[in-house]
Amino acid sequence: MSESIKVSTMAEMMAEGKTPEVLFWVGCSGSFDDRAKKITKAFVKLLNKAGVDFAVLGTEESCTGDPAKRSGNEMLFQMQAMTNIKVLNGYEIKKIVTACPHCFNTLKNEYPSLGGSYEVVHHTQFLRSLLSDGRLTVEGGKYKGKRITFHDPCYLGRANNVYEAPRELIQKLDAELVEMKSCKKRGLCCGAGGAQMFKEPEKGDKDINIERTEQALDTKPEIIAAGCPFCNTMLTDGIKGKEKESEIAVMDVAELIANAEDL
Amino acid sequence: MKLIPQIVFAIVLLAGIGYFSWNVRKLIRNIKLGRKIDRTDRKTERWKNMARIALGQQKMVVRPLPGLMHIIVYLGFIIINIEVLEIIIDGLFGTHRIFAPLGATYDVLIGSFEILALLVIVAVTVFWIRRNVIKLKRFIYPEMKGWPKNDGNIILYFEAVLMFLFLTMNGADLSLQQLGAEHYTQAGAFPISSLWLPVFENLGESTLILIERSAWWLHIIGILVFLNYLYFSKHLHILLAFPNTWYADLNPKGQFDNLESVTNEVKLMMDPNADPFAPVPTEASGVPAEGDMDNVPEKFGASDVMDLNMVQLLNAYTCTECGRCTSECPASQTGKKLSPRKIMMDTRDRLEEVGKNIDANKGEFVDDGKQLLDDYITREELWACTSCNACVEACPVNINPLSIIMDIRRYLVMEQSAAPTELNTMMTNIENNGAPWPYNQMDRLNWISES
Repeated sequence: MSESIKVSTMAEMMAEGKTPEVLFWVGCSGSFDDRAKKITKAFVKLLNKAGVDFAVLGTEESCTGDPAKRSGNEMLFQMQAMTNIKVLNGYEIKKIVTACPHCFNTLKNEYPSLGGSYEVVHHTQFLRSLLSDGRLTVEGGKYKGKRITFHDPCYLGRANNVYEAPRELIQKLDAELVEMKSCKKRGLCCGAGGAQMFKEPEKGDKDINIERTEQALDTKPEIIAAGCPFCNTMLTDGIKGKEKESEIAVMDVAELIANAEDL
Repeated sequence: MKLIPQIVFAIVLLAGIGYFSWNVRKLIRNIKLGRKIDRTDRKTERWKNMARIALGQQKMVVRPLPGLMHIIVYLGFIIINIEVLEIIIDGLFGTHRIFAPLGATYDVLIGSFEILALLVIVAVTVFWIRRNVIKLKRFIYPEMKGWPKNDGNIILYFEAVLMFLFLTMNGADLSLQQLGAEHYTQAGAFPISSLWLPVFENLGESTLILIERSAWWLHIIGILVFLNYLYFSKHLHILLAFPNTWYADLNPKGQFDNLESVTNEVKLMMDPNADPFAPVPTEASGVPAEGDMDNVPEKFGASDVMDLNMVQLLNAYTCTECGRCTSECPASQTGKKLSPRKIMMDTRDRLEEVGKNIDANKGEFVDDGKQLLDDYITREELWACTSCNACVEACPVNINPLSIIMDIRRYLVMEQSAAPTELNTMMTNIENNGAPWPYNQMDRLNWISES
């Protein structure tokens, strides 16, 4: 990952009188979390390579309010939502892509009734359309024949019925896609949803991310693919807990595609 | 004198149906204690859902073995009800096998009832073994101790006994037909009950008539008792699965409702021209109402059953405690206290308690110092939920335990400010710097230049 990346903000675009094809909603994790920032960059490199005319909100972006809403703080959620909607509508945004299923779900499903209606896609869906439109090409290269298992993020899978886009991308790498015991509709949560990411779990016999990591390890994978920065953190912690971090990598689907392209 | 059995039958039938209707009215009243919610849009989709999920049992077969067994019992009970229709007509008019003139069709009908009856007995036995011998994990959670366990078994005994009585009645009837007994029309095919004809041999006509009549009466009385048992049991699902799937949420599972009462407040907060001391406009007119006594601010979230909506309360009555939700729940699987099934059972238990309170106090609920939160559902359970929707997906009749958890969390956070400390920190961060962590808003683009 050496090439420099090109990113414009909506404010810059507006000043030049331009309208981007799509807004990339980076999300808090993608902006601040060290691991997730790598996913953000990998995705941006792919956007650059495909020549997608996109922009980010930059300092005008704020938390969608998802963790507040799932905690029960509807007041804070709606304050965040309405502030964001003001910004988005001010820029007349039509289409949004995001690499975070929580942002994806909130923007897509919960903003419309508060006055913010946009076409919202997850980055795996967006990458798939770039591939099918021929704007981006990918060859297996370094992932050819590797065993990869995909962990369904709850807010992408069950919450919004997106199961195939990330899987199709993995298959494009000529990798061997293996499924865990609980997958797709019956996928097991990583343990981070519902604002659990920000607190210690309740008392029990095991942490949820360990249970899920064990399911992943049962498939004997070389790589665990994820499509959510929070799932990524939970599974990475799980792999570290099992002392397998030298053998098994936890990677976002966008990183896999970008790496295969040697970006 | 010949009319006495018919009169007795009519009285028994009326009493059975009457008491059941009386309880159904109570059930509807209790559901209506919940808040109104409009779920009458997208009717075509709703009918399709009901046909596919309740009638078609689509979500049952996600687990093939219990799914198949359940379909047998379900078909058994629906189809054998055609026989009940004949029994009711015979009972009221003193006829015997009134549908016999159907001839070959009648043979096919009775024959298939018999095969189904046997299959039901087999399936019910397997179910009993799963609960009591194998002790499958989802049937032995703490919330299943005591009454819920007995309830499950009583239902299985009822079903087995009813089927056994049906086959006894037919066996004795067939023997009487062969003896050429008066009144016993030669009709029907008896593939199963003919197998135990030897048991009825040498019994003599009067004994056979006694057996046949006893089995007939016990069968129909048993059905009426079972019907009335429903209201006191988890078995209400055989009826409520239909409205429950019809009224289920059709939006994507990740979409939680936006509280309108909050929207109004937030709009007011964000409007620079709003007068914070202006009277609250009424919902209908949008203008301030003079002397409106209903201007008490709406309670945010739910702490008791009356704060939940009617569909959530219908959900509670529909739950048959199968535990598929709990066995798919990541929190339950890892030994946390949360069990989505218990959320539904607690909601129903509390609703029943409130209903009885209303009955005892002449139609008026008198505060009993209890509520759903804390007295039934603990905070530890509520905070263990990851909102992953596995329970909602797993429910064969589209019950949504997650929506109840969310509504109580809303009450805890917005009415009581009682979130766990770490969540309060997260929310303070969002308020102050627009991210759940304490990073500076101005650093949001730093990732571009970092290597």
